[in-house]
Amino acid sequence: MFANGSISPSSLSVKDLLWQVQWSKEKCTLCGRCTAVCPVQAIELGVHRKRAVQIPSLANIGPATTSSNVYSVYHGIRQKTDPAYACVGCAMCNLVCPNGAIIPQKSDEIDKQRYHINRGGQPRTRGGRRNAPDVLNQGTLDRIKFTRISMLTDPALDAGRHEFELRTLLGRILPPEENLKLYREQGWIPPVREIYPLIIGSMSFGALSPNMWEGLQMGVAYLNEELGMPVRMCTGEGGCPPRLLRSRFLKYTILQIASGYFGWDEIIHALPEMKEDPCAIEIKYGQGAKPGDGGLLMWYKVNKLIAAIRGVPPGVSLPSPPTHQTKYSIEEAVAKMIQSMYMAWGFRVPVYPKISGTSTALAVLNNLTRNAYAAGLSICGEDGGTGAAYSVSMDNMGHPIASNIRDCYLNLVRLGKQNEIPIFAGGGAGKNGKLAANAAALIMLGASGVQTGKYLMQAAAGCVGSESDRCNICNIGQCPKGITSQDPRLYRRLDPEKVAERLVDVFLSFDVELRKIVAPLGRSTSLPIGMSDALAIDDYNSAQRLNINYVV
Amino acid sequence: MCRLFSMTSEEPQSPIVAINALDVMREGHDGSGVGLFLSDLGGTFEELKGAPILSGIFTNEGMKRLDQFMMNLGFMTKHKISIKTPKTPPPLTPKRDSYLIRAYEYPQSWEGLTQAEIELRLMQTRVQLRRMGEEHEDMIVYSFWPDVIMIKEIGDPLKVAEYLGLDHEELRARVILAQGRQNTNYAINLYACHPFFVQGIASMTNGENTAFVPIREFLQSRGFPGYMGYQSDSEVFTHIAHYTVNRLGLGIESYKHIITPLQDEDLMSHPDGEFLKQLKHTCRRLIIDGPNCVMGRLPDNSIFLVQDRKKLRPAVAGGKKGIFVFSSEMCGLDVAIPDRDKSKDFQPMHLDTVIIPSDRSEVRICSQMDPLALLH
Repeated sequence: MFANGSISPSSLSVKDLLWQVQWSKEKCTLCGRCTAVCPVQAIELGVHRKRAVQIPSLANIGPATTSSNVYSVYHGIRQKTDPAYACVGCAMCNLVCPNGAIIPQKSDEIDKQRYHINRGGQPRTRGGRRNAPDVLNQGTLDRIKFTRISMLTDPALDAGRHEFELRTLLGRILPPEENLKLYREQGWIPPVREIYPLIIGSMSFGALSPNMWEGLQMGVAYLNEELGMPVRMCTGEGGCPPRLLRSRFLKYTILQIASGYFGWDEIIHALPEMKEDPCAIEIKYGQGAKPGDGGLLMWYKVNKLIAAIRGVPPGVSLPSPPTHQTKYSIEEAVAKMIQSMYMAWGFRVPVYPKISGTSTALAVLNNLTRNAYAAGLSICGEDGGTGAAYSVSMDNMGHPIASNIRDCYLNLVRLGKQNEIPIFAGGGAGKNGKLAANAAALIMLGASGVQTGKYLMQAAAGCVGSESDRCNICNIGQCPKGITSQDPRLYRRLDPEKVAERLVDVFLSFDVELRKIVAPLGRSTSLPIGMSDALAIDDYNSAQRLNINYVV
Repeated sequence: MCRLFSMTSEEPQSPIVAINALDVMREGHDGSGVGLFLSDLGGTFEELKGAPILSGIFTNEGMKRLDQFMMNLGFMTKHKISIKTPKTPPPLTPKRDSYLIRAYEYPQSWEGLTQAEIELRLMQTRVQLRRMGEEHEDMIVYSFWPDVIMIKEIGDPLKVAEYLGLDHEELRARVILAQGRQNTNYAINLYACHPFFVQGIASMTNGENTAFVPIREFLQSRGFPGYMGYQSDSEVFTHIAHYTVNRLGLGIESYKHIITPLQDEDLMSHPDGEFLKQLKHTCRRLIIDGPNCVMGRLPDNSIFLVQDRKKLRPAVAGGKKGIFVFSSEMCGLDVAIPDRDKSKDFQPMHLDTVIIPSDRSEVRICSQMDPLALLH
């Protein structure tokens, strides 16, 4: 601290910060790339003064001898300690450093900066994830094992050689008697899509950069048209680029409508010019990362393009209301909204609601079973990610996905409607990198399919976020990888072609892993939805709660 | 593994023919049990065609409760077969008080009921007896249906047949299903022993149904009291057949489209693709998985044979005019009908359903790729 410095309550030392930047003077070339790349300007050029004590030899000391201090200056890196500029640990400095001279390291104790990130009375907002690291393998989904292995009683299937049909249905399925009766009488049968059980979850155009979105779309198109995998991607609440709306690729897209209705002006106007129907319409009532709170696109990211697609003025923050303002009851208003959406596409497109994981999910589901049009229910658990949310929502709100899905599925079984309303699970699959195992567990607990977002940001685009509060700045548009930024200088770092390639890699390897799980269980002709006799967990209480086997 | 044998013959046959066929296939099963289903009966029972026959195993106490129960409902005994067993049962076979095969006269109060109502009540009576029996462990009831006899017991099929005297002259049938081996995937239990029966439909399976739990959940939630039991994962095959025929009103050619539907590209080029796609979607929870060979009998006394989608279990169909057989192995067929034209033997593959109609005129083969008969 300088002599004229002062100490305020929020004066922090580097030690108080969560991430501490380690810099080696030895290795540094002073090229300046790290300070240029830092998304939060946590480091700056530091001019350091240094004293060297040079004591002359005794023989030379005389009356004229002056001070033995020699002052010199050297240049290097200084980390800012103002909480507004605290290092986020993204390690881009390390990525660009030609000599590996710099790296952020996590504090060895609980940081102090967390008590100060509320300047102006604004609690912390961030993007990313819940930052609840399950110690390796301790998450419920990770602990579920697949214990039914076909061997001698019956030949196991060969994941590489046998025929597999790992598809799921999205849409309202009628009971067989009713369906066949309507078929004979040429009555209206609700539209049903046969899709791949891993769906790219709702990440909006706006939350994601144009390059990221384009990359995902290209990957999806390739998976569908070249590899025959009917992979679908949900837009999130941010509308859809006009050219996509008018292209044949729309059929691979699930359009989301949420409380802000962003982008729906454009969509409605494109209706007469659509060549294909969208895959489905998702009505978002809640999301796992911020249950009870609406979507939030902060002004940093609302540039001209985003504003045009969403139908809003540029440069303003776009908070979606936490609730749909026109909705006051699920019985009437939600049913009406579902029907209106059906009507817009001539009753040819499935419409389903998405809610956050909640203890009230059963009530929602029970109501949907009585709504002849509801095409499914998507439930997003507490581990869902987001582009922007209040930390408190992300950290403390929500419901774990496993028991939520299980309760809902078993409830459908009791009602005899387990084949009629598909439940889709999101929020937490692949949290520790085990996407296929987590997805298979959710499916066998009763989900018809799994939605994933964060995993794809990491695997297909190299997101640096982790469960330890690293980076998490998706909200301010400074994404150092260009995934969630609207600044061309940042998002040009991301090559859409490469994103598409990686997406294809992810889906192909997921498919192999899923087959490696279901083949030994003796399943190949249909997705093992609700096949809970194959599941076990080494925790007694979890086993009881999920109604699966307990093994030790 | 277990071994299956089904026969349909113009002349009533003794079940011993089927037992002998199981015996030559003994390398393929462990001889731990036997199950028999007889219909289109000969002998005295032929004259009692309409009268429901109760088959099961009873303790002396159970017999008393049965008589009281049936009397209360108004059922009168019309005819019965007495099975007299030697003092010592063969190894593994428990000593039982009574093996019951008894035909009843319908209660007077049932007169004027529709056929559907009678069929419902017969099934409900059987289920009720089964529940009563499970409570006190004094009755095991296999079937209660006109023109149907079922016998199941633990032990080596040949020895059990000798012990029970199954060459009994009154035990003659034109349709016989026989299975050798107790269920081993779950606890030993006679209710887990094939064939399974519900409302005139019987089936038995060689294989393992890995989709058992979701299918069981689906069937149990249909609100039909006959979809119960499930001591064996193979019981769902019988109930799916029942669901297909009785609840959906479809022919048995559609059965395979429900349990092992075609994949999408095949559906697209299928003449009935639109319908089959609906069927696949709406009956998705009835899709079976794992290696399976299913043989069954329908209420009109036709018999059918289907394979799983990968054809992982053996079966052959063959015979000559007036007598046809499905057998797990060729040697079973050889011992039953040695003088047939072997070049006409047929081994169904992953798309085939083999049906022998009740007139025993031909071996009808339906491929899933064929157009379906017109829907009514």
